[in-house]
Amino acid sequence: MLGTDTTEMAGKTLYDKLWEQHEVLREADGRTLLYIDRQLLHEVTSPQAFSGLRAAGRRLWRIDANIATADHNVPTTDRAAGITDETSRLQVETLDRNCAEFGVEEFGMLDQRQGIVHVIAPEQGLTLPGMTVVCGDSHTATHGALGALAFGIGTTEVEHVLATQCLWTRKSKNMRVWVEGSLPRGVSAKDLVLAIIGEIGTAGGTGHAIEFAGPAIEALSIEGRMTLCNMAIEAGARSGMVAPDALTFAYLQGRPYAPQGALWERAVAFWQGLHSDPDAHFDREVRIDASALSPQVSWGTSPEMVLPIDACIPDPATAPDPVRREAWQRALRYMDLRPGTPISELQVDKVFIGSCTNGRIEDLRAAAEVVRGKRKADSVRAVLVVPGSGLVKAQAEAEGLDEIFRAAGFEWREPGCSMCLAMNADRLEPGERCAATSNRNFEGRQGAGGRTHLVSPAMAAAAAIAGHFVDVRQLSA
Amino acid sequence: MQAFTTVDSVLIPLDRANVDTDAIIPKQFLKTIERQGLGKFLFFDWRYRNGNLGEENPDFVLNDPRYRGAQVLLTRQNFGCGSSREHAPWALADYGIRAIIAPSFADIFANNCVQNGILLISLPQEQIDSLFAATQTEPVQVHIDLAAEELRLDSGRRYAFSIAPGAKHKLLHGLDDIELTLGHAAAIRAYEQQRRQQMPWLFREEARHG
Ligand code: SF4
Repeated sequence: MLGTDTTEMAGKTLYDKLWEQHEVLREADGRTLLYIDRQLLHEVTSPQAFSGLRAAGRRLWRIDANIATADHNVPTTDRAAGITDETSRLQVETLDRNCAEFGVEEFGMLDQRQGIVHVIAPEQGLTLPGMTVVCGDSHTATHGALGALAFGIGTTEVEHVLATQCLWTRKSKNMRVWVEGSLPRGVSAKDLVLAIIGEIGTAGGTGHAIEFAGPAIEALSIEGRMTLCNMAIEAGARSGMVAPDALTFAYLQGRPYAPQGALWERAVAFWQGLHSDPDAHFDREVRIDASALSPQVSWGTSPEMVLPIDACIPDPATAPDPVRREAWQRALRYMDLRPGTPISELQVDKVFIGSCTNGRIEDLRAAAEVVRGKRKADSVRAVLVVPGSGLVKAQAEAEGLDEIFRAAGFEWREPGCSMCLAMNADRLEPGERCAATSNRNFEGRQGAGGRTHLVSPAMAAAAAIAGHFVDVRQLSA
Repeated sequence: MQAFTTVDSVLIPLDRANVDTDAIIPKQFLKTIERQGLGKFLFFDWRYRNGNLGEENPDFVLNDPRYRGAQVLLTRQNFGCGSSREHAPWALADYGIRAIIAPSFADIFANNCVQNGILLISLPQEQIDSLFAATQTEPVQVHIDLAAEELRLDSGRRYAFSIAPGAKHKLLHGLDDIELTLGHAAAIRAYEQQRRQQMPWLFREEARHG
């Protein structure tokens, strides 16, 4: 329970504080019943949870803690006609039906507040500092950007939270990624997180909760922090977080579900204590100098296979160990690449700008900035720009960004996950090479046989214009 | 959930690191609203050619006649990374996999396995290497005893593993967590009451009228 542990003398990390504030009870073996403040639901990982409840005759423990939206399966073209794919439609309709039956508030497909679950919750003020936030989705780590303890869970756990508002879990270790210096012009939060994953590996954060801190993190916008925390899972960590500060409070104030008036003042006063104490202990610490970074491009089939834009495709003979040598060889084969080829010589067939990593207004602005007054290369078959939510889309249109994209020959779409995982109609054909602002370059992720290179929005836009990867700083110069 | 006590099986050697859940079950099979029936799609892109269930890829280990019907997977580090989809353990369980042996597992995947009666055994790298080496010559039969936290080979070789007591209890008895948790309803309510007073903004009705 709160504050019963008086033997601890050392300072606490942000994660320690968030964890302790949510312990309902702890068993002798360390298993903890953790209270969950907010659960986000989407159509792919919730149907079996609701049917489990129904089969057992259970009800929701606390309806107002849940919010739902459809994002993975929704079409990004005109929605008036509904969803043509039958299984996709059934899944979305199942969510609608479950929400209606159990009383859960849902932003349905035609609601302007609909969008990718990790974009809409912060946007609505449904994610707040100090909360525990869960969702049946590994990129739930995104919400840690606001100083929440947020992590992805499986469907059985979704059902458990619906029924009890709690989860049985175990405390992770503390890890801090300290980022010094400041990001050079043209280098974004996406490049930073790709570089971090390149450094620590896709299992580097396994078993840890990562706190991102340091001058370069404080200088990041809230949206940049979301991009960063979003990909904590790609480094193996279930949660990533940034201590809330004045920027966080400014971002949240006035959002529809954020507290208001006297309650807002009380909340801010509490949130100001949510940071790691100066003498807090971290089990692991990594230091990165932001000033030394360049734009990054992933070359392989795991996010850790990433290099700066001016690098060449690596030779498996130089891999640090046999397991990685084998993985690099397999990746080169799948990606159809030869060691020694400069990354800037790789031609792209398609470009995808969107996802819960980079589908927010700032991302679209960064891409539009590069594109303004230019056209996509003829060799590029399609460029999809998919806003993260209906409100991001409206904002972008109010700023005229959609016109810039259209004039460049890009497609301006309706909000959703789209080609990040290709569950709807947006996907790569076998062998197609794509510059994508999403978070995973796994085999087949964007369509069977598709080849994904992860980049920032500005770098994706630059590749669309040039027809191949290019240092965005040279393109705009 | 199926209880786990002992399992006897041939080891299926899947010699790859960082096997992600997209590879275990690709997204086109996530559109189901059921838990059952995913076994035939397990490792779909590796197991079949041209995306066709009728065209098995003979080079993939699950299609090797020696490993058909086997229930224990031997693999490399960080197994189950990526997406949180519980469809991955559902597919593994539906196919018949009862236990997976590797140097390490991704966190969310590991939780999902316990929920579905799949035992995950982490062994040190050298032991994994030696098990892979053994499978090179002929199929290796293992006997897993969860209560004893021990793995035995036909050769008599033994490997001890350890598992958290909570997870062990749950696996051994095939328990459903919700029933157990609802036994703590009073504690949850008391906690909630205290939160409601200290941080009313976390409860939406109050927040909106704040
Ligand atoms: S945008 Fe991609 S990573 Fe994000 S929630 Fe959707 S499918 Fe998952």
